Amino acid sequence: MAAIRGAWLRRWLLALSVIGLSGVAYAQTDGGAVAAVAAVATATNAAPAAPAVPTAASVNSGDTAWVLISSALVLLMTIPGLAFFYGGLVRRKNVLSILMQCFMLMCLISLQWVVFGYSLSFGPDVKGIIGNLSWAGLKHVSFDTPHWDVATASSYAGTIPHQTFMIFQMMFAVITPALILGAFAERMKFSAFCVFSLLWATIVYDPVCHWVWGKSGFLSNMGTLDFAGGTVVHINAGIAALAAALVMGKRVGYPDKISPPHNLPFAVLGAGLLWFGWFGFNAGSALSAGGLATCAFVATHVATAAAGLTWAVMDWMINKRPTVLGVISGAVAGLVAITPASGFVTPLGAICIGVGAGILPWIFVSIVKPKFGYDDSLDAFGVHGIGGLWGALATGLWATKAVNSAGNDGLFYGNPAQFLIQLKASLITVVYAFVVTFILLKLVDAVIGLKVNDHEERIGLDLTQHRESGYTMLD
Amino acid sequence: MKYIVAIIQPDRVEEVLSLLTEKEIHLVTVANVLGRGRQKGIAEVYRSHKEAGSLLHKVKLEIAVNDAFVQPTIDAITKGARTGQVGDGKIFVMDLADCIRIRTGETGGTAIG
Repeated sequence: MAAIRGAWLRRWLLALSVIGLSGVAYAQTDGGAVAAVAAVATATNAAPAAPAVPTAASVNSGDTAWVLISSALVLLMTIPGLAFFYGGLVRRKNVLSILMQCFMLMCLISLQWVVFGYSLSFGPDVKGIIGNLSWAGLKHVSFDTPHWDVATASSYAGTIPHQTFMIFQMMFAVITPALILGAFAERMKFSAFCVFSLLWATIVYDPVCHWVWGKSGFLSNMGTLDFAGGTVVHINAGIAALAAALVMGKRVGYPDKISPPHNLPFAVLGAGLLWFGWFGFNAGSALSAGGLATCAFVATHVATAAAGLTWAVMDWMINKRPTVLGVISGAVAGLVAITPASGFVTPLGAICIGVGAGILPWIFVSIVKPKFGYDDSLDAFGVHGIGGLWGALATGLWATKAVNSAGNDGLFYGNPAQFLIQLKASLITVVYAFVVTFILLKLVDAVIGLKVNDHEERIGLDLTQHRESGYTMLD
Repeated sequence: MKYIVAIIQPDRVEEVLSLLTEKEIHLVTVANVLGRGRQKGIAEVYRSHKEAGSLLHKVKLEIAVNDAFVQPTIDAITKGARTGQVGDGKIFVMDLADCIRIRTGETGGTAIG
């Protein structure tokens, strides 16, 4: 049986890679059909318009409207998107704990961002490692004038007010720690969660964000392409999730005695809202309303479609039945993988990335995780970590200047150097995220304890941490 | 033949079922129920959410057993469900008139399993 399955798998992987590579060949002749946008001038998700210092008059209402809406869309991704996606996947006695953790992060990280997080992430650079605190409390962050960095004579986004950029980025900072909670779902103390998330946002998210997206951040200077957060958000959170799964240990009764998802309709609802909101995440990262945003929007959508289909096909062939859980996991993996690439690739390139996102995370979730036995409860590492790594590397393969002249060409367009840059940036992030997250968890464990005890775990977090129940039985 | 009904705390279900399996008692029916005991559902709020009528969430197990298995069943349930705190639950033992296996039509002790 195993030998026959193996043969099937090899045959199908071969077929998929043939389709993939022919997609690339087709894409290379197709490059001119996609609008090249002159407005973008850096290798990150910034979009400065003019070389001169922007003023209040430079603000474009279309761009601003789009980025403000995108900010709201990204917030939608945390609640209700991720909250219900994860909430539906846990057992009923823990549903509120997921919703509470997501909601609390919205409150906690939003405030952290304003008070000092934004300054650390995007503020004036200190040695390429971190921003300084001169923007603490949003000092010098104007609500009506675009940002301008004197040192590099460029702007994060020259046609939208600085605070618009700030609020957009805030939503990314909010959702990133929320992704990690999938790894320690159903067993973390709420107090430990709050302390850990705040520390993580400050010591892991803010620096990595600065390295990739901050002016003069060292990974940005290296030429790393990360359109909307493959490295900053997904690899970062995904690897932190692996560290968390390893430090926290398994849930009581894992793997055989854990009940299945208590509400798959919730999970589908959440996945649908994630897909919808992700248009803000990726297309909003164009920081302008026009061709580049359209490119990112289209790439996001088709990659996700390809990934959902691929995962369903993998389930169908290997496990005999396509599953709802599979198709939504695949779609989310596709969304994750296309994130860094969305503003740099053609639609056909996006499809190839989506197919890869349906295959690699599937392998990690269905084969690697059971084999090694770590309890990554909701596949935060398997989907976000692996999906993010694939996306970052795939950006180095399928990126093309024909789509975004501010980006670079990838390996399939004759520039192998970009792939190596992506690999290096990914590895640096992996090591930093894993090591620092590990240390932070051990620290919080030593001071207040991370995990609830077995008895509390059996009763459920909703009752023990919040004295509430998600559902009533009679009335 | 006896019919045993046990009302236990929801978080003890796993433990009770694994202890029953150890004693070779495999057949069981499980249901989510609401109930209250002498404390009228007041003292135990932390273990369960209080609903209308001061009712708390419990789990009901129903097991049909041959006489030889009555005491092992009671022992297994007691050991698995007892925490020493108010709200551990109750076991009721009733006489069972007959038991029929639907698929084969067997009756009596052999149908119980």
